[in-house]
Amino acid sequence: MGMTLTEKILCRHTHLDRVHPGELISARVDLALANDITAPIAIAEFRRAGGTKVFDRNKIALVCDHFTPNKDIESAGQCRTVRAFAREQAIAHFYEGGNCGVEHALLPEQGIVLPGEVVIGADSHTCTYGALGAFATGVGSTDLAAAMLTGEAWFKVPESMKFVLTGALSPWVSGKDLILHIIGRIGVDGARYRAMEFSGETVAALTMADRLTMANMAIEAGAKNGIFPVDDTTRTYVAARSDRRYVADTPDPDAAYSDVLEIDCSAIEPQVAFPHLPSNVRGIGDVGDVRIDQAVIGSCTNGRIEDLRVAARVLRGRKAGPDVRLLVLPATPSVYRAALEEGLLAVFLDAGAVIGPPTCGPCLGGHMGILAAGERAVATTNRNFVGRMGHRESEVYLANPAVAAASAVLGRLAGPDDLP
Amino acid sequence: MKTLKGRIWTFGDNIDTDAIIPARYLNTSDPASLAAHCMEDADPDFMKKMRPGDILVAGDNFGCGSSREHAPIAIKAAGIACVVAKSFARIFYRNAFNMGLPIFESGALHDRVAPGDEIEVDADRGLIRIGPDGPPLTIEPIPPFMQQLLTDGGLMGHLARKAAGRAERSPA
Repeated sequence: MGMTLTEKILCRHTHLDRVHPGELISARVDLALANDITAPIAIAEFRRAGGTKVFDRNKIALVCDHFTPNKDIESAGQCRTVRAFAREQAIAHFYEGGNCGVEHALLPEQGIVLPGEVVIGADSHTCTYGALGAFATGVGSTDLAAAMLTGEAWFKVPESMKFVLTGALSPWVSGKDLILHIIGRIGVDGARYRAMEFSGETVAALTMADRLTMANMAIEAGAKNGIFPVDDTTRTYVAARSDRRYVADTPDPDAAYSDVLEIDCSAIEPQVAFPHLPSNVRGIGDVGDVRIDQAVIGSCTNGRIEDLRVAARVLRGRKAGPDVRLLVLPATPSVYRAALEEGLLAVFLDAGAVIGPPTCGPCLGGHMGILAAGERAVATTNRNFVGRMGHRESEVYLANPAVAAASAVLGRLAGPDDLP
Repeated sequence: MKTLKGRIWTFGDNIDTDAIIPARYLNTSDPASLAAHCMEDADPDFMKKMRPGDILVAGDNFGCGSSREHAPIAIKAAGIACVVAKSFARIFYRNAFNMGLPIFESGALHDRVAPGDEIEVDADRGLIRIGPDGPPLTIEPIPPFMQQLLTDGGLMGHLARKAAGRAERSPA
């Protein structure tokens, strides 16, 4: 019996000839990352264990992206802790201020994650890098401390589920809609402890931005990781960003999957996840009349330049509704600059948007767009749990950038085709 | 591991880590500060009602969402003795063992109890008893590696023990 893509990558990072689902292994990590919220605990654990030097200063990334620009005195203190540690250890990939972006948009963009690598991050959306054909998974701060010390992490080799995507995408349908549809179909624990391996003819047609969005939300189905095959799209994306060598693994033809699901992408319309679970999805035609107070376009899920282009296409020559606060947060400085040079920021300003800095801010109810009791937001982010973006009696509706933009204009949940 | 006995609080399926400790309080990692807001977005009055030693009983996928270790830290620092759920989300499961919060899987318990019931969790024998005379329910066995983590006081303790073992064996 052969190995799945996930099993192959994990195996290559151990001393074993092969690995099996359910087996506990210790694997070498190529990158360990944390942010301004999770790093302070990891640093404290690292020191408590007597750690004085990280295993490899080039294989650690520390990104101050969550409560930054520092939202209060305590947050400033957390960033100070991370900064001091990064300097002391001469961490190669330390980001804050003007070079900082939302970690899972930033690190692939900067060529810091490559195909075939094992990445752990003290952030659940670390699974994003599966888009590049890497094994990437979220862990806690203690796991991260151990990895910073030893360069290894323990894993239970996951079973893999295979998603075979077929059919062409309809207009305004993107990776966001495919992954919301899949989560709606299998549930928020439908892939719990497992790998989601994406394959099929439609994958070849998906942009890297779409793949990053889909792998990003694998955790919302409970998955350990989401993973895409390495193809020309991957190779082109990586070649422009890094000259490091990498291994492009392929799944064996006789690999064993715990489930194989076929997804007809041509039948999927833009999706909206209603409160309070990402699995609570409806097609845009079935949303009814839901008034919104805020629209957020950004985050590690949908804050890339491709997302802003789609939003600008919808917003050009239009204005956000009088009762809607439209927030646009480019996910990285490069995205911000590209949006400026392409004239997208002018479109957003003309539409009445507030353009924010690259930050996770509103997505997790941190700052820069918090909701009051009774308020509703449509957001291109990844979670709509109770209280996620503010008061526990507020609501978040997850959608793609085109739907978020159209909803901002009309003041209610709507797709671009609903615009006059 | 000693038997844990306590009054229970029940929660449903998919209790996410934002409900366990909302992100608005993550500007600190001080356990006592986090404990003050434990379970706040699932039950705003939880910390007023609970007593140290109480036990959380939940449905499926407890701890889904964010990887924040602040969630098990808040639960442990609040004085919760252990969490028994039908199932746990994987990052929470890992975090709990890594940092030393006892958690147990039982598919049967949640549907047979009400808030305020007393239960007894005997981890060594793999049994849960509802009330003093209730019939015993079995707990899903804890894998040996995870048991070792608990014995060693979490992942960092485990690594320290392994390192000490290597030092003892080394010829120097």
